[in-house]
Amino acid sequence: MNETYSELAGIVGERYVSNEPEEKFIYSRDQGTMEPCDPDFVVMPDSTEEVRQIVLLANRKGIPIVPMGGGLVLSGLSRPLKGGVVLDMKRMNRILQVNETSRYAIVEAGASQGMLQAYLKKHHPSLKHSVPDAPPIATVGGNVLIHGSGHLSHAAGFHSEMLNGMEAVLPTGEVVRLGSCATSPYWFSRAPLPDLAGLFLGWTGTTGVVTKLAIRLYPNRPFNDVGVFVVEDPEIVPDILHRVTGVGLAEDISAWMTPKPDWAEGFIHINVNYSADSKDELGWKKNLIRAPLRKYMDEKTGGFMMLPLPMKKPFLEAPASQLTRFADVRKGGGFEYVGAIMPIELFPEAHQMGLDIAERCGTTYSTGARIIGMGHCMMFFFAYPFNRADPSDVKRAGTALEQTNRGALDMGGIPWKAEAPAQKQILQRMDENTRELMSRVRRMLDPKGIMNPGNWEVD
Amino acid sequence: MYELKYDEAVCEKCETVDCLVKCRYMTLDRESAKEERLRLIRGEDSRVLKDCITCYACEEYCPHGNHPFYLLVDRQEQSETWPVPVPLTKQQIKMMAPKGRISPENVQAPVLNMCYFPMLKGCIQGRLFEGVSTIVGSDIFCNIMWLHFAKNSAIRERLPQVVNNIWQYYLRDSGTQEVICYHDECYGTYTQLAPAFGIDVPFKPIHLFQFLTEKLAELKDQVRPLGMRVAYQRPCSNRLVPETQHWVDEIFERVGVQRVDREYDRENALCCGGILRLQQREELADDILKKNLDDMSAAGATVCVFNCPACFFTMGQAVAERGLMPILMSDLCRAALGEKWWGVF
Repeated sequence: MNETYSELAGIVGERYVSNEPEEKFIYSRDQGTMEPCDPDFVVMPDSTEEVRQIVLLANRKGIPIVPMGGGLVLSGLSRPLKGGVVLDMKRMNRILQVNETSRYAIVEAGASQGMLQAYLKKHHPSLKHSVPDAPPIATVGGNVLIHGSGHLSHAAGFHSEMLNGMEAVLPTGEVVRLGSCATSPYWFSRAPLPDLAGLFLGWTGTTGVVTKLAIRLYPNRPFNDVGVFVVEDPEIVPDILHRVTGVGLAEDISAWMTPKPDWAEGFIHINVNYSADSKDELGWKKNLIRAPLRKYMDEKTGGFMMLPLPMKKPFLEAPASQLTRFADVRKGGGFEYVGAIMPIELFPEAHQMGLDIAERCGTTYSTGARIIGMGHCMMFFFAYPFNRADPSDVKRAGTALEQTNRGALDMGGIPWKAEAPAQKQILQRMDENTRELMSRVRRMLDPKGIMNPGNWEVD
Repeated sequence: MYELKYDEAVCEKCETVDCLVKCRYMTLDRESAKEERLRLIRGEDSRVLKDCITCYACEEYCPHGNHPFYLLVDRQEQSETWPVPVPLTKQQIKMMAPKGRISPENVQAPVLNMCYFPMLKGCIQGRLFEGVSTIVGSDIFCNIMWLHFAKNSAIRERLPQVVNNIWQYYLRDSGTQEVICYHDECYGTYTQLAPAFGIDVPFKPIHLFQFLTEKLAELKDQVRPLGMRVAYQRPCSNRLVPETQHWVDEIFERVGVQRVDREYDRENALCCGGILRLQQREELADDILKKNLDDMSAAGATVCVFNCPACFFTMGQAVAERGLMPILMSDLCRAALGEKWWGVF
């Protein structure tokens, strides 16, 4: 062990490697319900070359490597299930380039959402990226690699769909570039080459270490507004979403259901965010977005809230700070969250399931859905805050999580950023040949099985 | 219980039918107005039930004080002709429900009722309000707003308790029977609506305008005329108490501002549009807002004065974007005393 420590210190410097108990404690867990798993070492590389050398070392010694971004995934994906090295990417946080004309940014894998947001605001105020509703320290790269979504996902899809290309270190130590950057100095898209980026998207660090990414940027328009459409009947929500997504003008559409504050209980709130270059344009967009919902307004089964400016402000924030407050509503720092990707017609079923599970498990809940693309699917989320200091509360949230994963799969959805037990549930239902293909790909890329072992293991 | 004091016979005999003919949002000639009036009296379907924007103005237009608007709202509720989408109404009913957090408090005259606008407590400071006790919260919310939602039942259910709360928790042991109403809605509720529904009010409501007028008289040596041209946005609830309007002119005179002559003022005032937006009549609301702002600008106003916080929050941003300064009446008076005033825009 001492020898490995010395070799790691030789690569990144003494200051950026640790096997002290306090670091091992912190890196053994996240805010979710998954049991902690201690790493043997925590290492913070500063460059692709350092990552490459660490991977070669791990390969030579057969030591597991677990890449980590912000460590906020909540489903324990950066816990080292079989020990080894946690590779904390936060030192690699440089924003390398912003192409204002072609609207993309190249960032290192540890660059945080907050850093990029602040950087664009200061240096390129006409541009923005799609911000997830996560704390600002969440990394841009991590969110792309888990198929995250955010405030531009209705307009442009999953964050993985906003990926133009990447640089990655393979488990055998080769550095590859995928997307246009493989052949061109520009990182403008993944087309027209054979798209190999998928080898790293949704694989939760089991196929290599992504070190740089290019993501798409979008116009940051000066006029922004939100409409909050309220209904009681979940059965009409898919049609409402279908209608409003069909207009194609919103940047973000998300639904939220929560028992707190009291006035929100029993209602489904659908936020529709949009922006414009002028006040007039904003008005036109407002009218166009409202038009297809006229049926429900006339029937009196739904309507937009009247939101004076002070009430509107929280709904225009990215990320939404209210969600962060809800995450700690039970105090004690526990927050569990199942996102399940599913078609929008499953909204009523998913909504009811969330209510049933919360009642059965005696937990507080918050559910909702972010619409992806023009309503092609949604990320339906079930959030269960819990008090980590209360074992019975942890158990309740864990049970709710397990039941939610199973329920989502039963209805035809797929748990997002699934924790290891949920990955097994997914693999059990997966097409057999697909499962085998996953296994072959992984064996080919990582013959020694060092990358985040214990995750997406077919065998 | 709490039967509306409305006399069908008075209505049937009315020749002018001003309540409907003078409505600026529905076009009805006198003959069709008479027909619709009869339908409403008989509890039959009427276009008025659907088209009414609930601006309260017919209460002012009625020459007999017969409460045509309250009847209309009763009829809307009976026929379930909801002006606002049902989920929004239910949500508002929950949001504005009494929280039961009230407890006895020692207050002393003058007592100022801020209704359910705790965010406006910042306005209550300076020489005008020295020594004033304020009361505020969901448990003393006047509930008149349900007139906009066809929910007189909520008024009947909640208002008696609200009246009792104000009396029992604050006034009974305070040595005063007077309560100053910051908002026209409260004053209209306790002086007009409650009696119309047969709800006893054991205290004496005082309109904010009266309080401000008297205070400005007391402090007249300290007033510095503002010399501005102002437009006044008259709120819907003032339609219930038009007799208070003269105080607006008196206050303006005392603070040295000129109320501009414009089309949409006084009896001809336009709705702020807030309730129209809740009724999902967004385009009508935008249209009315534009007319109103155009009118203010054309008349040369540089300031728009509000007394209703709801109007202020609904219109304030648009007023400011138009280049006029939105200001609450109490803040205008504080400005005339050379004090910095509170404001959100």
